[in-house]
Amino acid sequence: MPFREGPLGDLKVPLTWTAAVALIVAIVIAVAFLLADRRETLQQQAYGVTRQTVDTVSKPVSGVIAAPGRWTGLGVDFISSYFFTASENRRLKAELKEMRGYRDMYLAEVDKNQSYRSLLGLRTDPPIPMAGARVVADTRGPFANTRLADAGSEKGVVVGNPVMNERGLVGRVVGVARGASRVLLLTDIASRTPVMIDRTNARAILTGDGGPNPKLDYLRGVDPIKEGDRVVTSGDGGVVPRGLPVGAAVKGLDGRWRVVLFADDAAIDYVRILLFKDFAQLADQKALLTRSLPPVTTEDPDVSILGPAATAPKPAAQAGATPTAPGATPTAPTAAANPAVAPPKPAATAPPPAAASAPRPTAAKPTTPKPTTPKPTTPRPTAAQPAGGEI
Amino acid sequence: MGGARPLHPGLWLGVPALLCVLATIVFAAPIRIYGLQLPEPVFAMVPAFAWALIRPSILAPFALLALGLFLDVFWGGPTGLWGLSLLVAYATALAGRSMMTGQSRPMMWAWFAGVTAVAMASGFLFSMLDSLAMPSLLAVFWQFLVTTLLFPFAHRLIDRFEDADVRFR
Repeated sequence: MPFREGPLGDLKVPLTWTAAVALIVAIVIAVAFLLADRRETLQQQAYGVTRQTVDTVSKPVSGVIAAPGRWTGLGVDFISSYFFTASENRRLKAELKEMRGYRDMYLAEVDKNQSYRSLLGLRTDPPIPMAGARVVADTRGPFANTRLADAGSEKGVVVGNPVMNERGLVGRVVGVARGASRVLLLTDIASRTPVMIDRTNARAILTGDGGPNPKLDYLRGVDPIKEGDRVVTSGDGGVVPRGLPVGAAVKGLDGRWRVVLFADDAAIDYVRILLFKDFAQLADQKALLTRSLPPVTTEDPDVSILGPAATAPKPAAQAGATPTAPGATPTAPTAAANPAVAPPKPAATAPPPAAASAPRPTAAKPTTPKPTTPKPTTPRPTAAQPAGGEI
Repeated sequence: MGGARPLHPGLWLGVPALLCVLATIVFAAPIRIYGLQLPEPVFAMVPAFAWALIRPSILAPFALLALGLFLDVFWGGPTGLWGLSLLVAYATALAGRSMMTGQSRPMMWAWFAGVTAVAMASGFLFSMLDSLAMPSLLAVFWQFLVTTLLFPFAHRLIDRFEDADVRFR
């Protein structure tokens, strides 16, 4: 029986009311979406398949749309460089002259730095691998500041990787699909980055608010910052490596300290994704899992924290070390460690021939103290090895 | 007789929604000219305002919801933020529909600015609740300003379809 011939055939529902009901249903669905959203957790699971699919589809489409703009930019650059060649040449020459001075200073500082590292036994972080990517879409609204880069899981990109351009930190990866990754910019309202003021080492949290200059929250210390201070990542929490350049401090119109991002000075279409997950990846996992534990003894092998019973089976290796240990221990390791690092240094630091004669006595030094004691063969050098074992 | 036919949803809902999606993708291009980036207007505000004025509809809220979800996913914002904000703006326009129809063009522009302000205020409030942080008022105002400039498109859409369905004359 057709509906119109039924008992409800004469029932007429006003369109305004049905539209209002549809509107309410749509609002309820939108609220449910908003409540279920876990974007602020910045986890891969929270990113979801829908977003991954949209990113994968958007990449080629946005890439095609962005291409004319990119070509136009390149064309404008080419034409302006043609017309301003002379002035640019003058500027570059002046800059080169200034940079030569900096280069000499840099080389001297690098050399000094290497010496200090060797002496102090500093362990520096190994270089972090990177993946280059091109930005194909850029979002700049007050509620979302992200970019879509054209490198994804196939290049080893994972959620949490920091992203830089040639000037400074841009943000970090919050979603990865095949061939595309979503970068949350430092200016996004959900972005929080641990930073420090380079001059004073004062810590702060860089908080985005949708504007071009993120805020410095939780700034600690007495007079920790002044206008123009350089802000770098602190590495606290282990999510971002320490020392990445972020920007310069400025006082905002609202009286709060903000940061003018270095990354804004560079072109926005190319970025480098640091394949850095956390500090655990920098450590040698095999070395951490090793089962051979060091002997449980104090400086004086006669006195063990395990008591006399435990010291008894120590025998052979320790026996040779006991006579010399009490008096000579503080000086002997440094004497043993220094020659170990000394030989490479003269070669790097001593270009003049006069200096070449200087290392000779130092090189001869290890041979003289050795005969006196058989100390270097004792467990002592193993304790000294990390000190000299710089990377 | 042509005017007596009901209006096909694809014409007044589908085509404008598709154009909004395209315009959003185009304006997301990473272009910077002399250090300045492209503005980012909310193109979906055009149908959110115009659809409410053309006629009350069951499909329009769902089309707006879909548009809002697309904006959230494409822009990388919280899911549901723009869907909800656009629906609040649509509800405001629908409620004031009888006051708006027949007004002069500058007056309609003012109404459009008002409805856009409602959408932006909703977005501000919802993102504040979602992220537990306050978005920059300057950035919100800038987006409001560039979105308000889209009124001519909304006016064109209203003009084109307001009288298209004789049942709503």
